Amino acid sequence: MRRTRAAAAAAVAVSLLSAATACGGGSTGAEGGSNTAPKELTYWASNQGPDITADQATLGPELKKFEEQTGIKVKLEVVPWSDLLNRILAATASGQGPDVLNIGNTWSSSLQATGALLPWTAKNFDAIGGRDRFVESAIGSAGAAGQDPAAVPLYSMSYALYYNKKVFQEAGIEKPPATWDEMVTIGRKLSKDGRWALGAEGSNLSNNIHQAFVLSKQHGAEFFDAAGKPTFDTAANVDAVKQYVDLMAKDKIIAPGNAEYDKNQSLQDFSNGKTAMVLWQNAASTFKAHGMKEGDWGVAPVPVPAGGAPGSGKNTNSMVAGINLAVFKNTDNTDGALKFVKFMTSDEEQKILNRTYGSIPPVKAAQTDPAFATDDLTVLRNTLSTSAAPLPQVPEESQFETAVGTAVKELFADAAAGRPVTAESVKAKLTKAQQQMSS
Amino acid sequence: MTSAPTTLPPDAKAGGRAGRAPAGGPRPGRVRRPGRLRRTALPYLLLLPALLLELLIHLVPMVMGIVMSFRQLTQFFIRDWSRAPWTGFDNYRLAVDVNRPVGEALLGSFLTTCLFTLLSVGLCWLLGTAAAVFMQETFRGRGFLRALFLVPYALPVYAAVITWAFMFQRDNGMVNHLLHDQLGLGGAEHTFWLLGDNSFWALLTVSVWKGWPFAFLIVMAALQNVPRDLYEAAALDGAGIWQQIRRITLPSVGAVNQVLILVLFLWTFNDFNTPFVLFGKSAPEAADLISIHIYQSSFVTWNFGTGSAMSVLLLLFLLLVTAGYLFFTTRGRKDADAR
Repeated sequence: MRRTRAAAAAAVAVSLLSAATACGGGSTGAEGGSNTAPKELTYWASNQGPDITADQATLGPELKKFEEQTGIKVKLEVVPWSDLLNRILAATASGQGPDVLNIGNTWSSSLQATGALLPWTAKNFDAIGGRDRFVESAIGSAGAAGQDPAAVPLYSMSYALYYNKKVFQEAGIEKPPATWDEMVTIGRKLSKDGRWALGAEGSNLSNNIHQAFVLSKQHGAEFFDAAGKPTFDTAANVDAVKQYVDLMAKDKIIAPGNAEYDKNQSLQDFSNGKTAMVLWQNAASTFKAHGMKEGDWGVAPVPVPAGGAPGSGKNTNSMVAGINLAVFKNTDNTDGALKFVKFMTSDEEQKILNRTYGSIPPVKAAQTDPAFATDDLTVLRNTLSTSAAPLPQVPEESQFETAVGTAVKELFADAAAGRPVTAESVKAKLTKAQQQMSS
Repeated sequence: MTSAPTTLPPDAKAGGRAGRAPAGGPRPGRVRRPGRLRRTALPYLLLLPALLLELLIHLVPMVMGIVMSFRQLTQFFIRDWSRAPWTGFDNYRLAVDVNRPVGEALLGSFLTTCLFTLLSVGLCWLLGTAAAVFMQETFRGRGFLRALFLVPYALPVYAAVITWAFMFQRDNGMVNHLLHDQLGLGGAEHTFWLLGDNSFWALLTVSVWKGWPFAFLIVMAALQNVPRDLYEAAALDGAGIWQQIRRITLPSVGAVNQVLILVLFLWTFNDFNTPFVLFGKSAPEAADLISIHIYQSSFVTWNFGTGSAMSVLLLLFLLLVTAGYLFFTTRGRKDADAR
């Protein structure tokens, strides 16, 4: 009896506890592609519009068009950003994924390393009209240097400084800051009476990384050396990260409350006039959704160090942001998948989709369409073509985003709580992040 | 289950279908053996489907997790993890080496989780028991109150916790509005609840809010079985309310409490949903519960091998605590039975 009870207890305990280790499976999966299901495709689209229904409404008619042209039915699933990477990982591990999918372009190298994505060889590029149809910087963010890209650029974006024209006018400021010194001077003038100069998303790890990356470039630093080893805590990187956090800690032009923002609350504050500026990528449609009208905001390049103008090297002022289109290597319909990528990156579709999403076509021919010559998009397009750089294309990019993004988040939390943010405290956080990466 | 064999018809025991008995059929002089065998085997046969399912659903992934913990499983190998290089105990060494950032962070997270679990389970039990005792009395509105108490338990976790996340927001949240603006507590400057050290208390609040109705439900069910005349007799003997609770209520629900506390402990220690919805994939250091920590090690930084090793260590710890707990509590009960 006693033994039975012990056994039962053990069984109960084991079944209760097993959740702790029940992680992930693995699959040898089928190598390469095939065409065993030529009449259907599954497509995972990232959530680009205001919500998932809007994306379904945008993509639905286009997919219908594709079906009419080719007879291939596309099953669409729009995946929220917060779930996308985990979904892709699960699909990679199980071998049960979609045929075609969207990936954030900063993940390209990390996902390339899994070997689950179809490499874009010259032959595959030929099937969609050739590699030289795409802007080179966008191709640069589709996989590690020296390897065939793991994906094809679909929507391009870049960062810009958005400013509220009315707030600027009221404060008697004529033009937006072009350098960081001007940003602080103007920022101090604007930060009063419950209003703040600049918005930030202190708890959003990706956004933290984007800002830290640009400032690091401006300080002449890199987060990874040529051999792909992390160099997070070099003096120049410490300066770069400190400069960003100091906008809250020392310069006091970012509201302390922004330290806990991670759901684009800073865009809402901007639309309400609570903050005067934000550094963001392709924000127009969000501002409109929050009730602003075209012309209420102005767009300028992201500030650079004093004495510089936006350009290459130290004057890099944006990461190459965007969405890429990838094909799962073990698709049942390789030919169909290539046809679908060709359709989505055709001049016509590029114009339609990028116009709807307020992004810039990475396809050169579509970029010249007058629809992309608005004030907003001209700034973003010029940035992309002259002063944007892709995030480090290393397999550890995803870890880098988490490790350094978390360090910046913790520094913002210190700044918000009034704890000192010093070169030493910044270095300590970056060193810890680097050690976590190296282990 | 144990009564099942005795309900078999007598002829089935003795040999009606003895030809189908295992071990080659009856032998002379030992005619009762097949029946005995059948009687012994039947419970196991009945258990078999459940055991098989248990094996498939729980044990197989667990064994896989253990195998993974001995491999260097990163993004390079997730497509076919059987090809990941074998690294022996490296992942375990990394996880327990408190002089390096990974081990140091894991230890910090473990200690945070221990303190959090202790406080959360304690408060859940205390609140649940107090409410259950209170609800023993009949009064107007009891049914309504009882239903109200169960609301947190009935709500979908995600919806409930995200509502808390909104309420804890520094500038627009209801908590600060109530504490600072309405009651004038803590000065004019609003408090951060989802950042820094306060995040621990925010997490604890949500955890207790979510967990105590379960304790309430279980204790209340157990109290239904305590005969009312015990209380009447005690009252006649002059026992006050505290004496009644100490001498009658608590001992009567002792066995139920043992299971309740064990289950609450395991749920709270492993709770993933609450911190994940409240803080996202990177929780503040003060509220970095071990489940989130392991998730981050595995799925965010893509060190699945290290993550698995951490999971196995956690499993061993929980098994140890559970076994120790069961050992001491059953011994306690046996002593009580002996008296």
